[in-house]
Amino acid sequence: MEFLANLLPAGLMAHAPALVVVVPLVAAAIAAFMPNGKAGWAVAMVTATIVAVFSLALLGAVAGEGVISYAMGGWEPPAGIEYRIDALNIAVLLLVGILGFLCVIYALPSVADEIAEDKQGLFYSAFLVCFAGLLGVTITGDAFNVFVFLEISSLSTYTIIAMGAGKDRRALTAAYNYLILGTIGATFFVIGVGFLYMATGSLNMADIARILAENGHDRVTQAAFAFIIVGLGLKAAMFPLHMWLPNAYAFAPNFVTAFLASTATKVAFYALVRFLFSVFNPEVNFVDLSLTWVFAVAGVIAMFMASAQAIFQTDARRLLAYSSVAQVGYMMLGLGMGTVLGLQAGMLHLINHALMKGALFMALGAFALKFGVREIKDLAGLGRTMPISASAFTIAGLSLVGVPLTIGFDSKWYLIIAALDRGWWWAVAALILSSLLALIYIGRLLMVVWTDTAPSHQGQQVKRTHAPIMMLIPMGILAFANLYFFLDASFLVNLTEAAANAVMGD
Amino acid sequence: MLETILERFNYIPIIILMMTGLYVVIATGNLIKRLVGLSLFQTSVFLLYITIGKVFGGQPPILESAHHGEDDGYGSAGGYGAEAAAGYAGAGDAEHAEEAAHGGYEAAASHGEGYGDAAHHTAEVLYSNPLPHVLILTAIVVGVATLAVGLALVVRIREAYGTIEDDALNAADYSRETGSSE
Repeated sequence: MEFLANLLPAGLMAHAPALVVVVPLVAAAIAAFMPNGKAGWAVAMVTATIVAVFSLALLGAVAGEGVISYAMGGWEPPAGIEYRIDALNIAVLLLVGILGFLCVIYALPSVADEIAEDKQGLFYSAFLVCFAGLLGVTITGDAFNVFVFLEISSLSTYTIIAMGAGKDRRALTAAYNYLILGTIGATFFVIGVGFLYMATGSLNMADIARILAENGHDRVTQAAFAFIIVGLGLKAAMFPLHMWLPNAYAFAPNFVTAFLASTATKVAFYALVRFLFSVFNPEVNFVDLSLTWVFAVAGVIAMFMASAQAIFQTDARRLLAYSSVAQVGYMMLGLGMGTVLGLQAGMLHLINHALMKGALFMALGAFALKFGVREIKDLAGLGRTMPISASAFTIAGLSLVGVPLTIGFDSKWYLIIAALDRGWWWAVAALILSSLLALIYIGRLLMVVWTDTAPSHQGQQVKRTHAPIMMLIPMGILAFANLYFFLDASFLVNLTEAAANAVMGD
Repeated sequence: MLETILERFNYIPIIILMMTGLYVVIATGNLIKRLVGLSLFQTSVFLLYITIGKVFGGQPPILESAHHGEDDGYGSAGGYGAEAAAGYAGAGDAEHAEEAAHGGYEAAASHGEGYGDAAHHTAEVLYSNPLPHVLILTAIVVGVATLAVGLALVVRIREAYGTIEDDALNAADYSRETGSSE
């Protein structure tokens, strides 16, 4: 992968870690002044392309150098803010960069359909702020900076979710509830960072880890740990803290749901991994205990509870939202094992889940664009009327269940291997049983899509139609990725293996 | 027991404010009041940070001799650490001395450049830690922005539903949901 490092000239490359965040932020200001949606979209598209190229180049650089440390403004860490990219966050950065890019392609027809013309420029502006925030959380090595970027992304997320109000006013209450819970989460996180600062006198994450290793963990660090886990857990929709997610996903504009489902919770989850494994030490007693008794246990409960709730939903997007909560449970279980294998499996599932849910929500968005459907019963016959989108939907859906030939099988395979390695037989049973639940809710969707006949309109069958090409391309790429990475999993497996080793190795 | 609590008297109002804020967020059904509670909760955290920065007997952290050679802050930062630790202990503040003992000295070392310089010239001056204030300035901006977005959402909710009471909102959504399914 080293050749990727030569993607950019050396001068740009030297500042790539900063530019990845700065470019979307500046572009957000530009997009706000764009007169119409097309111009706003063009700004977002150019930005997302730049970010995707930067993240690829950084992937190459990390493969070559190991860890990239960038001193913001020339202030050397630990005093200054450090942007630090290692094998763990390059995987997430790449995920956000590439999926952001694909989602923006998708945005043009979707946003034109759902958002009022005069608000589209501002909409893209808010989206770019959110994008910058997510990239910032991923890339920064400074604990307080994580808080700032989390809030940058969250605040703009509240607004773009509320933009769904054009179609359904419940988007407003969903956004409001998310704002309340998200802010409580962020405040918990910042309390935790405050305690860490009290105990160590440092805000640089690598520095905090070093000081904690030297001085040991006292009660202040334990309190910090608890606050940080709860705060980030809220943002990542970890099981008992997921209440904001179903409505937010169900009523946001389709593009926003696709984007958030594949990036936002993933980034929060990454931050959680960073604090659990990199700042705190999983070998320390209280961290280890919380991994087993909080993460693994809550993860397993999530796998069952949220899947069961998904089965009884009538709204297609809310069904997938509950399924997202369940899938976060799988990742939590992976982390909870507290082994390199478990962490790798969790990270692999994180990436795979982004690929699946991205495709699923994009397909639902395509259905909504053509026929305005949201309820599951209205999906009837779409297999015949919109065969390409329905195929992408099916592939990603089967991947979610974990059917062989899809990447969902890969991540479950790795989770099971990790569980066996840890000696957790019950976890293997839980994984298989909850996959059956996933089969029920996905099967229910697919049955309606493929076997029910399309409703007739004024005595005539609905004609076969296709989503706009701008929607089909990203959807197709994601569906293809769901298949391709099963055949050749080495890229993702190497990426996540390096990620797990970066924080837990030796 | 009482002594331990009284020694940490600065945390008492913070805890009270924090819990009041959180309780208001959970207990009230009025969307505006909920935002008030949220602000209260956030503000208590600002106080928590600021109280960390206070050093008993400390001066405001202003450089008295701003101009001095080309000294590099790093070299002296470590030295300052030891001095600061001594300073804390000298100030007779048990808590800060303890903090200094298990890592407080790192604070000085890691917040380096500006400090290091300052320490070099005004080592005898004990001053409060300015960093928490800087952090809280950022957090205040975040808090204001959150409040603004929250209030804007409440305005839109009121336009769409005609109420800002949680119960009424749920009832409106519920009747709509059941109404549309028939």
